[in-house]
Amino acid sequence: MAEKIATRVAYGKALAEIGSDENIVVLDADLSKSTRTDLFKKEYPDRHFNIGIAEGNMMTVAAGLASCGKTVFASTFAMFAAGRAFDQIRNSICYPNLNVKIGATHAGISVGEDGASHQAIEDLALMRSIPNMTVIQPADGVSTIALVKQAAKIDGPVYLRLGRLDVPIIYPEDATFEIGKGVTIKQGDDIAIIATGLMVEPAITAAKTLEEQGISARVIDIHTIKPIDVDLIVKAAKETGAILTCEEHNIYGGLGSAVAEVVVRHYPVPMEMLGIEDKFGKSGKPADLLPMYGLTPENIVDKAKKLLERKRG
Amino acid sequence: MDAQAVLRLKRIATEIRKGVITAVASAGSGHPGGSLSISDIMAYLYFEKMNVDPKDPKNPDRDRFVMSKGHCSPALYSTLAHRGFFPVEDLNGFRQASSYLEGHPNMDKVPGVDMSTGSLGQGISAAVGMALAGKLDRKNYRVYVVMGDGELEEGAVWEAAMCAAHYQLDNLTAFVDYNGLQIDGKITEVMNPEPIADKFKAFGWEVLSIDAHDFNQIEEAVKHAESVKGKPTVIVAHSVKGKGVSFMENQVGWHGTAPKKEQAQQAIEELDAYLASLG
Repeated sequence: MAEKIATRVAYGKALAEIGSDENIVVLDADLSKSTRTDLFKKEYPDRHFNIGIAEGNMMTVAAGLASCGKTVFASTFAMFAAGRAFDQIRNSICYPNLNVKIGATHAGISVGEDGASHQAIEDLALMRSIPNMTVIQPADGVSTIALVKQAAKIDGPVYLRLGRLDVPIIYPEDATFEIGKGVTIKQGDDIAIIATGLMVEPAITAAKTLEEQGISARVIDIHTIKPIDVDLIVKAAKETGAILTCEEHNIYGGLGSAVAEVVVRHYPVPMEMLGIEDKFGKSGKPADLLPMYGLTPENIVDKAKKLLERKRG
Repeated sequence: MDAQAVLRLKRIATEIRKGVITAVASAGSGHPGGSLSISDIMAYLYFEKMNVDPKDPKNPDRDRFVMSKGHCSPALYSTLAHRGFFPVEDLNGFRQASSYLEGHPNMDKVPGVDMSTGSLGQGISAAVGMALAGKLDRKNYRVYVVMGDGELEEGAVWEAAMCAAHYQLDNLTAFVDYNGLQIDGKITEVMNPEPIADKFKAFGWEVLSIDAHDFNQIEEAVKHAESVKGKPTVIVAHSVKGKGVSFMENQVGWHGTAPKKEQAQQAIEELDAYLASLG
């Protein structure tokens, strides 16, 4: 595998790999070259349906197919899946608990040049608030392929939050993943940095910097936002006494909120949330935007140190 | 259809209407008007046409039905109950906390319900998905969907209409319950969806217009739809909202209002008198 790959590309590859299962049907809304469901279409054109620029219809068509026993992957940009088609996802897919996987690509500000209208920073909040929904955001290509394959085996709705940007491979090819189970990438006792999606890699970098400064930081990849790994988070709270969350999503309603919900109920410790500070994205190169919005290893280091001061009182 | 068959369906449709009144009156809420207007179509589909088995409600080869205008659940529930999917007495629990009969159809809880609906404009999309699955699996089942005329104001309906024609879903038959009224008044005054037939024609559908209360016309249209190849069919069914209950007919106020005890009693008496007149 290449050193860098966008999770949307890994998604398309995974679909092509599992496509030999004739029960799998893939829908797209005129974005198959971007969501990369074209990789599935190339192999299995008879089971790939372009629904056109009609995301609401696509979601409920997916529900209808699923009611007849199909495992359906419905893909579009995160903005138009979670945003535009919220009602359809909520009422036609999740309420009847139908077997539809939503491949929501181009999430977050790393969409880049298309700008704020296309940068979903609210989708985790929307999707994790719906009963029956499983919410997944993989950090790299390896975990994406593994988690897409697992999602196909779950009988029920899954929201897969994927990115446009090429991101580094974090995991070895033979790494194993389980939906609902976080991954401890690095051990540490002073603070736990809990990250998701493309913020996992900068969290690892930040932990190395902290280590050099004598701070032992644990790094956890929460690829499943819901159901969240309560045991792993509580363990981290008990063993480190401070938790910093990192995500490419609004600080309200995403990973930070999900982790806080666990921490306050089970083992309250000082927490800090790094994410998009309740403002819209903008056009620009992802490499320019990520620092502009504070989504960098340097900012993680900074926030971690401030949090440690709070922990020490 | 011979006279005996028509008589049988008239009796069944009247029983369905009585169930509608019972359910809505028991709940003290619900939507009688649009339920009564489609009772004849429901009777024809479930007691004459569709391949369904109450003992095997999830049979993969069955015909499918989607109540896209989900607020007309009383008509669907009453039909399913009389068809044997669950006890008719259960209609008394409609919309109540102790019952499985949700205000809007729920496919997980209610035997015989093929799709959960309620948010208008979505049922037609679900029916498109079911029809697409039928084509993929080379199955012979047909998919029926009932929409309201006011429901056509939802833009999503037209996304689905475009999609059904694009994929040439000739196994899909839609009904529009064209009773001319929605909650806030006449459809032409609230937000005019007309010309309905021309719109569907322009979207590439086979379009038929019938009297929604004439079983021969219903049957002829449904059979015609089966013979059409390469495109879906919509049957624009001209109906009377509140059909069968004198004081409810063509009265917009009965869209979403339950009859009081005495009113319900009068409605049942009228329907019983009609049954008696059928002999």
